Amino acid sequence: MSQDTGGTDPSFEERLKVARSKQGLDAPPKRPLSDQGEIGGSAWGIGARVGVELVAALVVAVAIGYGLDHVFHTSPILTVVFVPLGGAAGILNVWRLFAPKKSDR
Amino acid sequence: MAAEGSNSIDALGQFQLHSALGAVGGSVNFTQSNLMMVIASVGVLAFLYLGMKPRAMVPGRLQAAAELGYETIMSMCLETIGGHEGKKFFPFVFTLFFFILFGNLLGVFPLFFTFTSHVMVTLALSLTVFILVTVVGIKEHGLHWFTYFVPQGIPKALAPLMVTIEVISYLSRIISLSVRLFANMMAGHVMLEVFGSFIVMLGGLGLLGYFPAALSLGVNTLLIGFELLVATLQAYVFAILTCIYLHDAVHLH
Repeated sequence: MSQDTGGTDPSFEERLKVARSKQGLDAPPKRPLSDQGEIGGSAWGIGARVGVELVAALVVAVAIGYGLDHVFHTSPILTVVFVPLGGAAGILNVWRLFAPKKSDR
Repeated sequence: MAAEGSNSIDALGQFQLHSALGAVGGSVNFTQSNLMMVIASVGVLAFLYLGMKPRAMVPGRLQAAAELGYETIMSMCLETIGGHEGKKFFPFVFTLFFFILFGNLLGVFPLFFTFTSHVMVTLALSLTVFILVTVVGIKEHGLHWFTYFVPQGIPKALAPLMVTIEVISYLSRIISLSVRLFANMMAGHVMLEVFGSFIVMLGGLGLLGYFPAALSLGVNTLLIGFELLVATLQAYVFAILTCIYLHDAVHLH
């Protein structure tokens, strides 16, 4: 890599591009970006992501329900209402992860 | 766990905060976590300054690393957020990425503390992102932004239900973004600690323990490599999710 450092002629960019593609330096960074937009990742990574998304939505929903119950003194009712909504939101999050990307949503 | 001397593994003790910088740090509650944040910030600045100082046509290692970081984040912003807006948010995403990356990577070194292994730190980071995304969305679209929560083409009767679910889904981003980073970093360091304790405990058993101790040493070596991967990947994931959320805020639906 260090033998031709002197040349700064216009063909340098081309030679650099050829050298980079020969070394396989150009191809790898492109692929993961255009592939999914996010990390496809290992099975472990996908599993962890799905779990986090499901639980996060549920935690938010329970917090909202519990908080509203506390405000309106309707103890278990709003929590009970919000838990299934949170589950649904979690499913929605997971769907967003794996939905076929037709629109750019 | 089989051990004679110290009988339990204190895997979570490493996450305890204590004040750094002696008496001065103690009086203002300056913890080692804060110290690591300062070190990470100075490290990023030094990395970029020293890396770009030669301004060589053919970059050296450090300059190549700095340029690679810049180009990766720039293309991520341009591709994910898109065009003009992508450039506008580039400094924010770049700062966020390198702060988290250096925090994660410095944590792999012995005696250093990983500040991203505290959920409060990652929660603050994700709240910053969340508030920025919301403010940007409202600023770009005004009150029209709230139609983001109404999915297109649903019956009127279902609207209240769907809007509630969408709002919960939107709020859950704060938690999922912060928990993902925190859990990954903490899990890695707990694993390192557990296998590190195995080495000491099994090594203390005598002849019988040497082989399993060496095995744990091997596992720990692999884990360090894995930890480097996770540290980089999680910083990248945090940055790209920030980009995706910004894209959603800039381009509704």
